[in-house]
Amino acid sequence: MTKNHVKIENSECKGCGVCVDACPKGCLTIGKEINEQGYAYVKFDSENCTACGMCFYVCPEPGAITVYKAEKK
Amino acid sequence: MTTVIKHQKPSAFYDEFFRKGPGQKTTHYCPGCGHGVAHKLVAEAIDNLGIQDRTVFCSPVGCSVFGYYYFDTGNVQCSHGRAAAAATGVCRTLDEDRIVISYQGDGDLAGIGMGAIMHAANRGENLTVFFINNAIYGMTGGQMAPTTLLGQKTTTSPRGRTAENEGYPIHMSEVISQLEAPVFVERVTLGDAKGVMKAKRVVQKALQNQVEKRGFSFVEILSPCPIGWKMNSMDARHWITEKLEKIFPVGNLRDDTKEPAPVSIPRMKLTDEELIDLFKSGEVESVKAGSLLNEQLVKVAGFGGQGVMSASALLAKCAVAENRHATWLPSYGPEMRGGTANASVVISNEAIGAPVVETPNVLIAMNAPSLDLFEESVQPKGMVIVNSSLIERKVKRDDVNVMYVPATDIAIELGSVMTATIVALAVYAAASGAVSVETMQKMIPSSIKRKNLVDINLKAVEAGLKYYKEHYQK
Repeated sequence: MTKNHVKIENSECKGCGVCVDACPKGCLTIGKEINEQGYAYVKFDSENCTACGMCFYVCPEPGAITVYKAEKK
Repeated sequence: MTTVIKHQKPSAFYDEFFRKGPGQKTTHYCPGCGHGVAHKLVAEAIDNLGIQDRTVFCSPVGCSVFGYYYFDTGNVQCSHGRAAAAATGVCRTLDEDRIVISYQGDGDLAGIGMGAIMHAANRGENLTVFFINNAIYGMTGGQMAPTTLLGQKTTTSPRGRTAENEGYPIHMSEVISQLEAPVFVERVTLGDAKGVMKAKRVVQKALQNQVEKRGFSFVEILSPCPIGWKMNSMDARHWITEKLEKIFPVGNLRDDTKEPAPVSIPRMKLTDEELIDLFKSGEVESVKAGSLLNEQLVKVAGFGGQGVMSASALLAKCAVAENRHATWLPSYGPEMRGGTANASVVISNEAIGAPVVETPNVLIAMNAPSLDLFEESVQPKGMVIVNSSLIERKVKRDDVNVMYVPATDIAIELGSVMTATIVALAVYAAASGAVSVETMQKMIPSSIKRKNLVDINLKAVEAGLKYYKEHYQK
């Protein structure tokens, strides 16, 4: 992917939804699928991500969210 | 165009958290818990400051008890409430460049550990404390904490906390900031994204202060406990901004870091020699000794001022110096002189289970009340040494071996009444062979606290030995 985006580790998400609320651009939603821990995990699907990192900082799990920023070569 | 990672799991975290088995990458915290957020802020600050290899993380008792499963730093898991005290020990043991974090919850820090945190703050330890305030005991199931709000319902305040019944919520940051020593005190919130971003800066600042050796920094973090509060993750965050922040206002309460950083915080340290001197007993090279025939269950009894305690302790130290197992169990009142005193000493070839002596096979009775009290408890064929200077009567039993020693008279003649028990002890050593008289002589210089009395105690050993040879040696 070459655009700003967020990668969710599905198996590490506990579906608390705090990132969904924190995202200023509404890029995140709680999905319908259930992960192996039994939580409906968060999905990223948007063109509007600014890689601001709000979702990363409010997320209580250390490694569930990684934020990527587009950069010119 | 390409993408680069802008925010990712800080490297101060372990890659995997082994608590629940290999491959596990999630914390043990409930969904929406504030601890994970606070951990992430601390871990990222450690990364940013480049201090991971010199940081020690002191975790408390409470939900964050498992800090050591997450932080790839030095770790100490502390007794309940004592993280700030344990962290003080870590601070003062390691060299000056160490970074020590005390991470504690409200029950831990403001409840059971109130004394420890107050004194650590008051000493101005160069230490960073992160205080997670979620207004409840989370781990144990949502009981009322020192920081629980008035009116807040918990499992132990089911009608809501009232000032009349349970007192007021404690404002730790305000209390700490009133002390003279702390350099930085701030309260932050995890109630919304803006608060988290502010908390991120404050957490790093509090660690930066320690890197600059400025002293004690305290950060109170208002943190959600959705399960304990019986709310979903977002309602819990709204409750922080709407309720908790009204009682515990967010903001800086103390910042003395605008001044130039001190060069170093001078602390008085004992030298290695001074430390060795403090714990000197047993420094004598161990003495080769024959095997002990019987386990020795010794009761030494008298009144305060006769040297009962120091002599019985010397006996135990001598036994240890001879590579035996020994215990010393003193029993005495608050008086420094006068009052009754007795000590139990067990000497054995094997590990000793209980240090209590109920039926001694050796009784050293230094005054009449002691003989009255313990005579009947002595085992048949046991040894009884009677201080005949102060005990006029004879031993009533005929199934024990008795030696009458005018220990107090001998001691007065030597110049110190306090050596009386040493005289009696020398008789016991010579008669039983449980410890050698030579070992006693070797141990006295390091065992006697007042160095000007060493000589007189050595003379007391000589005198006891002489008395034994003249009167009882067969």
